Amino acid sequence: MTNIGIQAAKYIMLVLILLYTLSTYHYLRMKTHKGRNQACGMQLFCMFALHLTGYLAIILYTGETAMVYFYLVQVVFFILYLVLFRVFYKKASRLLLNNTCMLLSISFIMLTRLGAERAVRHFIITAVAAAIAMVAPLIVRRMRYLWRFGWIYAAIGIVALMAIFAFSTVKHGAYLSFDIGGLFSLQPSEFVKITFVFFVASMFQTSLSFKRVFVTTAVAALHVLILVASKDLGAALIYFIAYLLMLFVATRSYFYLIGGAAAGSIAAVLAYRVFGHVKVRVQVWQDPWLDATGDGWQILQALFAIGSGGFLGTGLYQGMPEKIPVVRSDFIFAGISEEMGGIFAIALLLICLSCLLQFLWISTWMDGMFYKIIAFGLAAVYGAQVFLNIGGVIKFIPSTGITLPFVSHGGSSILSTFIMFGIIQGLYILKQDEVDRIEQEEKLERRRQALHAKRYEAGAAGVGNPGERTRRDSPGRRAYQKSK
Amino acid sequence: MASVFFTLMFLSVIGYFCWYLVVKSEDTIDSSYNARLDTFSTRVVRGEIRGKNGEVLARTVEDGEGNETREYPYSNLFAHVAGYSDAGTTGLEAAANQYLLSTHLSLLEQVDNEMKEVKNPGDNVVTTLDPYLQQLAYDALGDYNGACVIMEPGTGKILAMVSRPDFDPNTVAADWEYLISEENEEANLLNRATQGLYPPGSTFKLLTTLEYIRENPENWGNYQYECEGSMKYGDSVMSCYEGHVHGVLDLRLSLANSCNTSFATIGGTLDLDKFHSLCESFLFNQALPLPEAMEYRQSSFVLDGNSGLSERVQTAIGQGRTMISPLHNAMIVSAIANGGTLMSPYVMERVESADGKVVKQFMPESAGKLLSASEAETLTDFMVAVVNEGTSPSLQSDSYQVAGKTGSAEFNSNKEDSHAWFVGFAPAKNPEIVVSIIYENGGTGGSVATKGAKKIFEGYFSR
Repeated sequence: MTNIGIQAAKYIMLVLILLYTLSTYHYLRMKTHKGRNQACGMQLFCMFALHLTGYLAIILYTGETAMVYFYLVQVVFFILYLVLFRVFYKKASRLLLNNTCMLLSISFIMLTRLGAERAVRHFIITAVAAAIAMVAPLIVRRMRYLWRFGWIYAAIGIVALMAIFAFSTVKHGAYLSFDIGGLFSLQPSEFVKITFVFFVASMFQTSLSFKRVFVTTAVAALHVLILVASKDLGAALIYFIAYLLMLFVATRSYFYLIGGAAAGSIAAVLAYRVFGHVKVRVQVWQDPWLDATGDGWQILQALFAIGSGGFLGTGLYQGMPEKIPVVRSDFIFAGISEEMGGIFAIALLLICLSCLLQFLWISTWMDGMFYKIIAFGLAAVYGAQVFLNIGGVIKFIPSTGITLPFVSHGGSSILSTFIMFGIIQGLYILKQDEVDRIEQEEKLERRRQALHAKRYEAGAAGVGNPGERTRRDSPGRRAYQKSK
Repeated sequence: MASVFFTLMFLSVIGYFCWYLVVKSEDTIDSSYNARLDTFSTRVVRGEIRGKNGEVLARTVEDGEGNETREYPYSNLFAHVAGYSDAGTTGLEAAANQYLLSTHLSLLEQVDNEMKEVKNPGDNVVTTLDPYLQQLAYDALGDYNGACVIMEPGTGKILAMVSRPDFDPNTVAADWEYLISEENEEANLLNRATQGLYPPGSTFKLLTTLEYIRENPENWGNYQYECEGSMKYGDSVMSCYEGHVHGVLDLRLSLANSCNTSFATIGGTLDLDKFHSLCESFLFNQALPLPEAMEYRQSSFVLDGNSGLSERVQTAIGQGRTMISPLHNAMIVSAIANGGTLMSPYVMERVESADGKVVKQFMPESAGKLLSASEAETLTDFMVAVVNEGTSPSLQSDSYQVAGKTGSAEFNSNKEDSHAWFVGFAPAKNPEIVVSIIYENGGTGGSVATKGAKKIFEGYFSR
């Protein structure tokens, strides 16, 4: 009987995530507010229904009443988060908000299935992270001088990354994180990727001279090298890809893009020759069976999980995702695919893609170079991370050991993702402010002209003063003026 | 542009993911490192292995208390090919493991079973094996150790595969200690048909003949040799079977009479590197095109341009260091019988759900053309001569024509200690079955093997 419930839940969740994904792309095509709001309503329905179905299956299987409370607390969290965000930021992107909640609810279901105790801990961290990151849009919106701190971002980033050698604990063969008061561990590379993007954007904001590009590249390369030395290959790759793309978008120079890609390829070959751990990753990717019980074990277990689940999945608790090493964080995609199905996993990937597309479009909308590059840089970081994570789990590319944003277990990952999404929301709101102001000004102008015409008709003397606009030294503003 | 770039990257991930799920995953997950496979049996009752007409070769029965036992109604008869699942898994039990433990019952019935809290029945695997022929082959081997393979040359279907000595799969777990103990020197668990390697003896003269034909495409018809019963080469003497003096022979009669001295002479003329590559094209030293899960040992052929005279002469008549499995010998003859094309052997015909729906159908597959149609025709003609004019007159029959070749494989210096081979097919025109049979210690001249083959052909054509 339990199994029928689990299977029914599986199919219902499949339908819900497909509907959700469709409405996400429907939203991206929609032009009118009304159409978008309808799509968002649909998304919220699907998200809450999926969350409920998942937890019903969990409650049915475990028979624990504590799960009911855990579920209800999560519902309260989602409602509070959605409502508060919209109260503080009326103009926020609803699509990104909904996607955030959807990815989190999938994560909560899977992590609870894998073990309630750690899921509760992760939930608490998530809630705190959500609260902290709530200020990110405000900072972006109000502090228009963020572009001035280029070298400070670089200093913070490099010091934080270096600190790893001093205080770190070695995890899975890499220096990744250090403990803070024994309470939780912090993984600097998760946060430095944000200061990294800010650094690059600041540098390119004021100049794109060869000298500036050279200096920036050197500092960026220093970031990457520290990461490689600490064996955090996934992060190193993300920083590299993000930098290359930011450089290209800023300069529009194919010379830099191709030259950078070539340099990266040479570096990759060198790394393969020099570092044993790089070689192992590549060999495991080429043929995991060579060392099936050693280095190949993790990827094989992931492939077994995905293959056994097939397109429809086994249903919650019907697979063996716990056999996959690190299934909670880096390999959660395989666990989701096994029990919720390959179709579900593809839909999850498409939801991530819709976030990414939203990031990229915000980047093209932004006027000033600084904001444009920040949006684009964060998009590149996010896109590369999702690609490297999922590609690695399914053995499309060598596994690099990074998390899937919003879905994987891990405090640093969740907080930094919240901050990234918060910054993007800030930019989105900034743009909405701009649009509103322009509309407002146009309205005023029209009114003034109408008035003027009236006066003229009436033969009154004197010309209306068009009025000084307040000039604020914001890059967005200046670009806007220029483009006019 | 960046949107397009990232969208393409993500779509390529999705593409690979789907490719993995559709094409690759089935083979990947069927691994002993996959703990999931063990738990399937807690939810599914292992399906049946069936003969070609639905005969039950293996089934799982439950007593009233939910205890399951695997039963093999034919006991020892299918021991190696069907395998067992009580002490590890072997044979078809291993190869078809995943099918037997999956269920494709209609969703409604699955739900119904779920409600009644009974396990779903696994899928059944229908094989190409024919119990009638299996019994014929089994009886033909009699008390000898050895192996027999019967296959259909046009499709590659294996109709029978026997290896002796055998064991009873019903009690294999109980007999395990004895079967693997040192005092038991029989190696009952070994499937000699696929894993036993023997010198091919005179059956190998088929390939020596083919190589000679290829090296002398214009004038092999003019080949002539006068057999005096023995010949000297180096410091050794090569003699024909029981010192027979065959007189003047052409190539066809050389094979028909299995004349050692004639073939030793031919061996002396061959280009050994070419001979080596011919044998490799006939899958010596190569992986055989068998279903992935079938365990076998690779045949070997070591002669090449650097070999000495003695080895060259010995190899030409099928002695020397050449080794072959009975299944591989069947495959070579099968290619001759099928106009030159080798069909990959297979045992699994289809997978059916418990309510009879076909879940998966296995189709015959060509493994390539090993020899031309005219070469196949010539060799068939020679093999007919073996029966009608040569060493195996006892295989003559009014109702069918056999084409074949006998062999005795010496496995030590004592000539009396040899294995008896027969490989062949019938009818010579439009062949229906290929038989490859070997009797360990069957004695010289292959007469034991000919008698066994006779029983199989008689049985097959009188059905």
